[in-house]
Amino acid sequence: MDWFLIFSRAFEAGIGSEAIIYCLAAIGLNVQFGYTGLLNFGQAAFLAVGAYSIATTVATFGLPFFLGVGIGLVLSVLLALLLGIPTLRLRADYLAIVTIAAAEIVRIIVRSVALKDTFGGTDGLQEFAHSFYALNVFPAGQYSILGGFIGFDHRGMWVLLVGWVLVALVSVILLFAMKSPWGRVLKAIREDEDAVRALGKNVFSYKMQALVIGGVIGAVAGFIFALSRSSAQPDLYSTELTFFAYTVLILGGAARILGPIVGAALFWFLMIFVKTGLEEAINKQVITFLNVNQVGAIQYMIIGLGLILLLIFRPQGIFGDKREIALDAR
Amino acid sequence: MHADTGFQSRKAAALAAFEGLASEPGVPKPDPILVVDNVVRRFGGLTAVDVAHLEVQRGSITALIGPNGAGKTTFFNQLTGFDTADAGEWTFNGRKMSGVPAYKVARQGMVRTFQLTKALSKLTVVENMRLGAQRQRGENFFAGLIPQLWRGQESLITSEAEELLTRFKLIAKRDDFAGSLSGGQRKLLEMARALMGNPELVMLDEPMAGVNPALTQSLLGHVKNLREEGMTVLFVEHDMDMVRDISDWVIVMAQGAVIAEGPPHTIMSDPRVIDAYLGAHHDAPLSAEEAEQQLHEAEAELTAEADQTGMDGNSRKESGDERG
Ligand SMILES: Nc1ncnc2c1ncn2[C@@H]1O[C@H](COP(=O)(O)OP(=O)(O)O)[C@@H](O)[C@H]1O
Ligand SMILES: [Mg+2]
Repeated sequence: MDWFLIFSRAFEAGIGSEAIIYCLAAIGLNVQFGYTGLLNFGQAAFLAVGAYSIATTVATFGLPFFLGVGIGLVLSVLLALLLGIPTLRLRADYLAIVTIAAAEIVRIIVRSVALKDTFGGTDGLQEFAHSFYALNVFPAGQYSILGGFIGFDHRGMWVLLVGWVLVALVSVILLFAMKSPWGRVLKAIREDEDAVRALGKNVFSYKMQALVIGGVIGAVAGFIFALSRSSAQPDLYSTELTFFAYTVLILGGAARILGPIVGAALFWFLMIFVKTGLEEAINKQVITFLNVNQVGAIQYMIIGLGLILLLIFRPQGIFGDKREIALDAR
Repeated sequence: MHADTGFQSRKAAALAAFEGLASEPGVPKPDPILVVDNVVRRFGGLTAVDVAHLEVQRGSITALIGPNGAGKTTFFNQLTGFDTADAGEWTFNGRKMSGVPAYKVARQGMVRTFQLTKALSKLTVVENMRLGAQRQRGENFFAGLIPQLWRGQESLITSEAEELLTRFKLIAKRDDFAGSLSGGQRKLLEMARALMGNPELVMLDEPMAGVNPALTQSLLGHVKNLREEGMTVLFVEHDMDMVRDISDWVIVMAQGAVIAEGPPHTIMSDPRVIDAYLGAHHDAPLSAEEAEQQLHEAEAELTAEADQTGMDGNSRKESGDERG
């Protein structure tokens, strides 16, 4: 078995564009769910809004790339308001139901035949990322990191640079926000919103702010998603994406700034480690009772089992505070 | 910090205000801070609250008593904006408060605690306290990002919080999670936290329920202190000994309505009150209508209990079972 290949693939995935995308998506959920207790099951919709804003602005309308970025940010704010206004005064589960439906609606709209001229139907949109790669600071070529252990081409390097800088920027902003009295109000709302109301805080407004901020970060994840693939395809923005982002968040530890970052890197490392490992084992005849076509399913089973074990032995995630979990049991 | 004479004078002043008032429901007070008119709240066919007129005297400790299910908690919920009344108006300091959302009611200086304690378990004790402070600059997202803008205010708030924690004997628990406190300590914390907002009217829903006897004395002392500091207290309590000990005036509710008011030492001998309380423990054989009504009430109560969305639909569990 080629362990070098297995590890280098896994490491590449752990810092690669998937990790960045799911990291940002999970950071958004961390603001909403981790800190405020809002169950947004439609994070995929915010990524789709980000991705399609750039794609449509550039590929369909031939307008500038940065206008697309601006439109994506504005639309994600509007989507959050649209989802929040009717639901945030109601019980928590209403938001979950509405957001999961909204995500499907967004996906069905962008893949619809009627709007094929605008959104490209099931094929999606391409040819919109030139302006982004035109800004690339890396000259064309292959780049190897850690003495050739892992490597990316210049486009990959540009995505990683922009992506991780965005992750760092967003995380630092949230670090300050969550340490502030503003963050204290969010955490208190997560615990008991009536208690917070009784102390004179406008709970609705804070929940809306959390929803908007998390949604905007989701749209940024969508930018990276579309740009890294130079393509926006509707079926990538299914509910599965949201649930993987939740997995990343819970793996790393909710309500911790580093949670989504470590969670995303580890999640994608393990996903590819298991996948490449199985493929290698089958190809090299180490495992003979499986074939390569079964790897996809087995991969999810193993990762799923791992997550179950994590939740049993470390329910707070990697960075969570065990004392907090203990309080729930009281 | 309060001289004994000051202590006496506030109490004396409060008692003087009630001097010679009729023991009638809705009797006008010399200087009411809270005036309530025709507040009605129905849950389906059940009228939980139907208060025609009520005034709460400024600077006094007023007890709100009544059998379980009388509507005391529901009435609190209406007044503080936690539930929407079907009808009625009320003013606080002359300002109309009906229809005002809960957080604005609190900002106006009318704060309440809950029958089921709402300590924020995963916040530390001192963070709980800080949360209670009003007009915090750092509670704005953008200002929050720049610590220089709120650090100063935060340290003022913190020393205020520490002062209160010392007074409430919770200072040793300053950095513990609120969830690790005992039931009585949580009640103390909730009260102390409410005081961080410098309220004028403090509404306590069963502050002594579930508190061990060793702490009740200190809780009573704190409630008395609130009056000495010029606050008005309206509190719900079941234990008549405590009510007699600390209240200046007592309002009695039964089946949603205010049925009597009066000074604590005479109110329990009022025939309407005896009726209301004994009605709940009926020894005499029931008439058919009464039996049916009790059955309906029991049913309504069960549905309310099953309804998880209620403010404290199952709060009665904690508070004993007068109704029997
Ligand atoms: N959310 C609710 N839904 C239906 N009925 C309720 C609800 N809340 C309270 N009730 C009913 O209203 C009546 C008054 O209850 P409550 O205000 O809790 O009484 P108290 O605090 O005086 O014990 C009770 O009969 C109770 O069952
Ligand atoms: Mg009650």
